Amino acid sequence: MYNNYNCLAQPLWQNGPVPGEFYNFTGGQTHIQKLPRELTTAGPYGTKHSTAAITTGSSVLGIRYDGGVMLAADTLVSYGSLARYQNIERVFKINKNILLGGSGDFADIQSIKRSIDQKMIEDQCCDDNIEMKPKSLASWMTRVLYNRRSRMNPLYIDVVVGGVDTEGTPYLANVDLRGRSHEDYVIATGFARHLAIPLVREKKPKDRDFTAVEASELIRTCMEVLYYRDTRNISQYTVGVCSANGCGVEGPFQVNENWTFAETIKGY
Amino acid sequence: MFRNQYDSDVTVWSPQGRLHQVEYAMEAVKLGTATVGLKNRETAVLVALCKPTSELSASQRKIIPIDDHLGISIAGITADARVLSRYLRSECLNYKHSYDSTYPVSRLITNLGNKMQTTTQRYDRRPYGVGLLVAGYDENGPHVFQVTPSATFYNCKANSIGSRSQSARTYLGKNLDTFLDCSNDDIICHGILAILGSLPTDEHQSKENTAQFNITVAIVGKNQPFKILSEQENEKYLRMAKEKGAPADPPRNDDDDDRPSTSDQPDAGPRDPEVLVATEQRP
Repeated sequence: MYNNYNCLAQPLWQNGPVPGEFYNFTGGQTHIQKLPRELTTAGPYGTKHSTAAITTGSSVLGIRYDGGVMLAADTLVSYGSLARYQNIERVFKINKNILLGGSGDFADIQSIKRSIDQKMIEDQCCDDNIEMKPKSLASWMTRVLYNRRSRMNPLYIDVVVGGVDTEGTPYLANVDLRGRSHEDYVIATGFARHLAIPLVREKKPKDRDFTAVEASELIRTCMEVLYYRDTRNISQYTVGVCSANGCGVEGPFQVNENWTFAETIKGY
Repeated sequence: MFRNQYDSDVTVWSPQGRLHQVEYAMEAVKLGTATVGLKNRETAVLVALCKPTSELSASQRKIIPIDDHLGISIAGITADARVLSRYLRSECLNYKHSYDSTYPVSRLITNLGNKMQTTTQRYDRRPYGVGLLVAGYDENGPHVFQVTPSATFYNCKANSIGSRSQSARTYLGKNLDTFLDCSNDDIICHGILAILGSLPTDEHQSKENTAQFNITVAIVGKNQPFKILSEQENEKYLRMAKEKGAPADPPRNDDDDDRPSTSDQPDAGPRDPEVLVATEQRP
């Protein structure tokens, strides 16, 4: 088929036998790499990759405290500027050590979430009491996302990975659509990066970590500020908490709304 | 050597339900010099006996580091072991690249077992002719695994493989209860004492002469990356072990079970798979 002669659709490293390689019988243990069809084959009009997020989730905010981490995100998934789906959780419990908060294209988040869930099932199938750690998941996410960006087909997501490791040490990191990652005591994506991070940094004691109470208080005020100032937010949000004692998503909670100041605002 | 009607191919069953080629591969393990693996609560230790093939050559490397948390000790065909160790190394490296952590030992061994099993089920392959003792440390603690050419693996409390390893196993069995609470020094000494018994009888008697034999010791554990001990450390532990106690009894006769069989008639009945030394319970 001449359609397959689309040079743009050639993957970066795959396809074809390696020169000098032995013939492999079927069923051999030599792994013949099989990629999903959409990554290797051009369609009838060439290949088009997505260039923008369509249905989007907005900010995720994560705060690390002395015994664990807290992740918060509102429950809105927008379709452009339309508040299309208003009751969708964007903070997920991955296993008993890991929380994942996703912002960006929600379809891509669901896709990566399914892959991660499959990995957790594979972990359980080993039946050896070893579960993935947040650091490992964050590392794996950078590999996947960087690989996708190298294929010029990125997942339009910006995720926050948080949790505790075997010793109960909290871990909080961000991985973005290019596979960049960083760790900090406060991690935010979307508008929260501009609106919430300064608020949290302002409250950070120099000599110690936050306590759980301080962290949850900060989450509450930050989600309130985000609701007021980010048009892609709604007043309902969920909070994931992960510590050595357990891991789970709580809520939905409601932002304290107070619109009495509204009548003082004129001129718009 | 053996002549059996049903040993022409790995994939051919004998009417007794045995795979003769696989069993022959198991014999290859007994050709290698002995090696011992044992562990206490936080550390796993490998001790291997290396004998130069001639006075003119250096001894073969018996212990192969795989990753920071894991290493293997081999008995059998060294070239096969090299292929397996390359596989293990690349698996560990891939895992580290993807997950930024070390490959859990039990999963790595299961993975290796799956790879080795395919060779026992295909007419165009032969089983790996090497036995491995794997010492590793992960979040579940230290591990000692025995891997055989039949692709079976055992999660051992302590074990020994290779020629004349029966006496080492007897020693390990006798002292098994003390290992868990041993200090690291003591567990190394136990390993050395166990392996001294598997020296050939004549060399055993003149064991003051350290030039006759050569041991390699490796250790891995909590906050202790896999390390092959230096010559000086070996001598220190050898001295310590000799002060500590009597080595394992040398095998009484040379027709020990663990020497390669030489009889023309292999025993007729099917053998049950035998677990040589106490194994760990599944979690």
